[in-house]
Amino acid sequence: MKLVTAVIKPFKLEEVRTALTDLGLQGMTVTEVKGYGRQKGHTEIYRGAEYTVSFLPKIKIEVVVPANTVDKAVEAIVRTARTGQIGDGKIFVSPIEHAVRVRTGETDDSAI
Amino acid sequence: MIFISFGRIGAVMLAAVLAGVLATPALAQAAVPNKGDTAWMLTASALVLLMTVPGLALFYGGLVRTKNMLSMLMQVFFTVCAVSIIWVIYGYSLAFSEGGSLNAFVGGFSKAFLAGITPETTSETFTEGVVIPEYVYICFQMTFAAITPALVVGSMAERMKFSAIVLFIPLWVTFVYFPIAHMVWYWAGPGATVAAAKAVAAAAAEGKAAARAAQEVVAANAGLASQWGALDFAGGTVVHVNSGIAGLMGALLVGKRVGFGREAMPPHSLTMTLIGAALLWVGWFGFNAGSALEASGTAALAMLNTFVATAAAALAWMLAEKMTKGKPSLLGGASGAVAGLVAVTPASGFAGPMGAIVLGLLAGVVCMFMCSAIKNALGYDDALDVFGVHCVGGIIGAIGTGLLAAPMLGGTGVFDYAAGKVGEYDMLGQVLTQAKTVLLTLLWSGVGTAILLTVVKVLVGLRPGTDQEREGLDLVDHGERAYNY
Repeated sequence: MKLVTAVIKPFKLEEVRTALTDLGLQGMTVTEVKGYGRQKGHTEIYRGAEYTVSFLPKIKIEVVVPANTVDKAVEAIVRTARTGQIGDGKIFVSPIEHAVRVRTGETDDSAI
Repeated sequence: MIFISFGRIGAVMLAAVLAGVLATPALAQAAVPNKGDTAWMLTASALVLLMTVPGLALFYGGLVRTKNMLSMLMQVFFTVCAVSIIWVIYGYSLAFSEGGSLNAFVGGFSKAFLAGITPETTSETFTEGVVIPEYVYICFQMTFAAITPALVVGSMAERMKFSAIVLFIPLWVTFVYFPIAHMVWYWAGPGATVAAAKAVAAAAAEGKAAARAAQEVVAANAGLASQWGALDFAGGTVVHVNSGIAGLMGALLVGKRVGFGREAMPPHSLTMTLIGAALLWVGWFGFNAGSALEASGTAALAMLNTFVATAAAALAWMLAEKMTKGKPSLLGGASGAVAGLVAVTPASGFAGPMGAIVLGLLAGVVCMFMCSAIKNALGYDDALDVFGVHCVGGIIGAIGTGLLAAPMLGGTGVFDYAAGKVGEYDMLGQVLTQAKTVLLTLLWSGVGTAILLTVVKVLVGLRPGTDQEREGLDLVDHGERAYNY
């Protein structure tokens, strides 16, 4: 099992969700996050006060997939989340040791 | 604006007794209020309350951070409630009754607890023989007394504890607002003024001196700035210069907010700020057009000026922002509108509409620079720009009134009650009088506010602890939060 963590532009969430669902993946966890990479922030001016906003709103998707599906999942996210502009986000893949479905007690691949 | 403050009968009696030789049977009959005037002034009074709650409360509230939203609303709301009660107990009397030996500066206590006032007693407007019920006048002026200290609290927003506000507001209206309102707006009124002038004209040679002496007594029965001939139609000096300089003193004495200059303190809801600004604009029609005290052409002029100066100032601020910072902001537009409202306030019944537009354009640009470049250079934390908008806008308006009231610039000129017509207009003299009145207000209010804040600091302290300030005044002072999602 692998954990795919993708930080993407918020308005791309629906496309990414559809693409992952089409791969047969059931479920994901989504968080509204803020962060920055190479994309610069912006400046806000309120009367005389100027603020540089470096943390931009992003969506973080976490989805645990069987090891044999991980490449397809990553490819699907890259394909749907990409705009070609700076700030499209990043994908991190990490191993998962163990998974349990709370309702039934099923474990690992059958739990995800 | 020069207001009558005691009933026509009292005014006539004073003139008659002092002159000793006067017989004015026509004036001795009590004038009856016109129902249209009364209806309009009742409405205008309610409109001015709309400026404060909810208008000013939302305008200010939107500009603070989420954690201080309720404290901002509460400070404005408390001010309106407290000052309304103080007003009927002794405020109206201190502002608008004869003050004996201190009459140039403040009124007396003859009308404390509204003594002697009934539904039948009246207050004069600016037209000889025209009156409104005194109760209406009390209500109308009450709303002015309530909004002025509520404007002040914006400069100390997010860091002054509620107990300090509760002590400061009653002190401030008592020692600063009531005297300044008296100095600028208290006068003997058109009835006594005209009667004294007629008595001089009618007196036989041997009575001339006595009649002239009586006329001087009537003219001297006025606040200091009113005696100078200051023009302040609806409170540019009394309300805005006054609250603006008090705001600056407050910002300096209370000190900067924790984290000022290091942490971002953006407004939490500019949506509410625009709602508040728009309510201020609507309410301001009561404030300015109501200050005519009659449903008249002058009221209509004030209303029109309140439309166009505001629009011009909003456009000017937005344009200046576009040119200097690249983008016109909504907050800039709303701030410009308020700056225009402030600037046109003293001029609203004197300037022509084209003059009002010029005044608005000037106020929009100057206040924009005051609230950005100049404020940043000086480094004081006037949280909601009370000084930059109200004091600076008020000074532009006060001086501008001296220029724009001139008939040659489309203004109405100044009515000469003795001659019964608009008199010769002395522009330079009027501008100097306006400037002198502004200086008087800056000094009285600036020094007075500094003293009162020091007293409050000694008695209860001005600020919450640093940790409490970081937590936010909503929880610390009021035990509730504005938004529970």
